[in-house]
Amino acid sequence: MTSKTQAVPLATPLAINRSAWPRRLKGLVLPVLILLVLEVVVRVGWLPSYQMPAPSEIALTLTDLAEGALWKHISASLGRVVLGFVIGASLALVFAAWVGLSREAEAYLEPTFAGLRSIPSLAWVPLLLLWLGIDETSKIVLIAIGAFFPVYLNGVAAIRDIDRKLVEVGQMYGFSRRRLVRRILLPAALPGLFTGLRSGLSLAWMFLVAAELIAATKGLGYLLSDGRETSRPDIVLAAIIVLALLGKVSDGLLAALEKRCLAWRDTFQGAGQ
Amino acid sequence: MSVRALLDIHVARKRFADTTVLKDVRLALQPREAVSLLGPSGCGKSTLLRIVAGLEQDFQGELRRPDGEVAFVFQEPRLMPWLTVEQNIGFSDDNHYDRAWVTQLIEEVGLKGFAQALPKALSGGMAQRVAIARGLYSRPQVLLLDEPFSAVDAFTRMKLQDLLLQLAEHHAIALLLVTHDVDEALYLSDRVLVMDNRPSSIRQALAVELPHPRDRRDPRLAQLKALSLTALQQAHVI
Repeated sequence: MTSKTQAVPLATPLAINRSAWPRRLKGLVLPVLILLVLEVVVRVGWLPSYQMPAPSEIALTLTDLAEGALWKHISASLGRVVLGFVIGASLALVFAAWVGLSREAEAYLEPTFAGLRSIPSLAWVPLLLLWLGIDETSKIVLIAIGAFFPVYLNGVAAIRDIDRKLVEVGQMYGFSRRRLVRRILLPAALPGLFTGLRSGLSLAWMFLVAAELIAATKGLGYLLSDGRETSRPDIVLAAIIVLALLGKVSDGLLAALEKRCLAWRDTFQGAGQ
Repeated sequence: MSVRALLDIHVARKRFADTTVLKDVRLALQPREAVSLLGPSGCGKSTLLRIVAGLEQDFQGELRRPDGEVAFVFQEPRLMPWLTVEQNIGFSDDNHYDRAWVTQLIEEVGLKGFAQALPKALSGGMAQRVAIARGLYSRPQVLLLDEPFSAVDAFTRMKLQDLLLQLAEHHAIALLLVTHDVDEALYLSDRVLVMDNRPSSIRQALAVELPHPRDRRDPRLAQLKALSLTALQQAHVI
């Protein structure tokens, strides 16, 4: 009996180590393979290097950029995304709460939002350029529009998906509307709100690139179009890699926050290792 | 009625759209009394309970509730999944709940050591224990229960029934219980009220004059069960 109980704490950390590392390695297999094949294919000469630079060459370009202008571009892009996302997502949360909680507000506002939503957001670009010019404001407004709708839609859905049975517990205690929102509705809607925020953030990055491709003097989108104009695919690919990394890191931050806030969720975690 | 009843309800009529669900239902609950409502699905037992709880306010009739709290235990535990067991029990007082009282309740419902557990870590029976503790937190004089043990297995149900009786005795609480389970009704209550089909009223009242603690194998319970089955049959429930 004693030997059994002692064996358990020893076995658990081992089991975790055994399963965690191979999982990460599994994810690396495909990218590493692709990079190796590309390197070989370009070196052998099957692909012309002026169209598809070798991965090692892109890495060199990235280090070159990192010693020079890259940080300026990253900080410009990051600033725009953060500002645009914060503005768009905040407005979306306010309207989602309003429409989600009040049927009256829904009757007044929802048809308008449904109409606006059916406009492909990039169609706003010419109008924004006409109204706001080509400086920062138009870019930030475009990013905010992009981030708005996913956050708004998921927010309304999250509030309307709340289990009526939980709300009834609050009514049973005679909770005021404010208290009902704070104690039941907000925490219950949190999973849906996070889904909206994460897809809003990814759209913010997408609209950032659109805005910077059209008119910018710095930023990662500018780097993309600069690379195209100077026939430097290595610069384009380097910018793409940086965008991917930034997108991943920013989503990772939100995901970590989500995991922290929603540890209580009793959800399916996937099967197998 | 010599002693002033703790709770007094008269529903002249309660309708949903065009259907009259309850008609001329009178019910009085004495202090520390346990009463069960037995009847077919959809006969309005739960509606009656919701009226007493104040969750349903659109009805014709009168309701006199005690000055103190009336608490409700639902069919499902209905715990807030984002709160720990402790926070769920003290839910009605936000974050400044009475910790000592919550700790005592946790012990009384037999969940010592689970104060910090989240609802996802609890079994159905444990979650329902937390729900009962949450009901007791406000120190109610009346506890309303809507088929509280219908979702747990038979053995857990028996344990929870005993727990409920023990807590009601200890805290001097009157119970008003809706159930489909004849054995449960007879085991728990002092009076069993058989309701008939829509529009329903109380068709028959059976007094269960057996002292607590009762023995589930008591032949007198079996006799009463036969009586109530007859009553249910006459009410076209079964």
